Amino acid sequence: MIPGVSITEILTLTSILFFIGIYGFITRKNLISILISVELILNASVVNFVIINKYLFPDVLQGVVYSIFIIAVAAAETALAVAIIINLYRQVSSVEVKETEVMKY
Amino acid sequence: MLRSVVYLLFVLIGIAGIYFLADYNFLAAIQLTVYAGGVVVLIIFSVLLVHHIEMQLEVANRKKQLLTGLLCFAGLAVFLTTIYSHPFDVAGKTVTTTTAQIGERLLDYGPGGFILPFEVISVLLLAAMIGAIIIAKGEKKIKNKQPHKSPEPDEEVSLETEQEIQLDRILNEKSTVETE
Repeated sequence: MIPGVSITEILTLTSILFFIGIYGFITRKNLISILISVELILNASVVNFVIINKYLFPDVLQGVVYSIFIIAVAAAETALAVAIIINLYRQVSSVEVKETEVMKY
Repeated sequence: MLRSVVYLLFVLIGIAGIYFLADYNFLAAIQLTVYAGGVVVLIIFSVLLVHHIEMQLEVANRKKQLLTGLLCFAGLAVFLTTIYSHPFDVAGKTVTTTTAQIGERLLDYGPGGFILPFEVISVLLLAAMIGAIIIAKGEKKIKNKQPHKSPEPDEEVSLETEQEIQLDRILNEKSTVETE
């Protein structure tokens, strides 16, 4: 445990981070802004895994291992999303959500 | 737009600070290298490739924004009442986790080991790399066929090849992220 910091304070912080991410995910109309919001949501969940592992079950390592897997999946997802966004920009010259209504076929 | 990416970088570095406080040095190093080193650079590249100066940052209309804010505050209130009413039985001791323990846990094939998800995640990273390359390269064939039918102005073609070069640079960046 972290001396001087209780678990509820860190869980409050991650809840605020999570809902900031959800707010940005719903209100933004730009694909890159939506990607940034998804990063915020994923980071909030990873911090939750790590902190609950640290405070409640300090003898096991499951939270750390799962957070490593989440970080790997998030990195792969970001790379693919950036490739798709740039490819889309070359086709429709825009990254707004309402412009992306054409698919390949 | 670029400013928001820089603020995201600050948030990620702050989360790495939380990991350092919790004495998980390996996770903090991963956070700093993968997120602050790889993901933020990728997003900055895409913003610089895509973003026009004259493009306004478009958000939803005021009513939808207000409704979403209210919903988020309601969800946050539910979360916080649950968190503050739940009695956590916090274990008071501090255990320092070394990187060798995490490595042994990842490569353990006994009960409770994580060798299978570890292999699956490596295959997933390989598939994501190949998929990104195919997405980036698949258009080139179509774009190269088009000038035969209808010749395009030279400026546009050179712009496209420049974008291809920059996209290749982004893909190289991604592969360095995955080798970590």
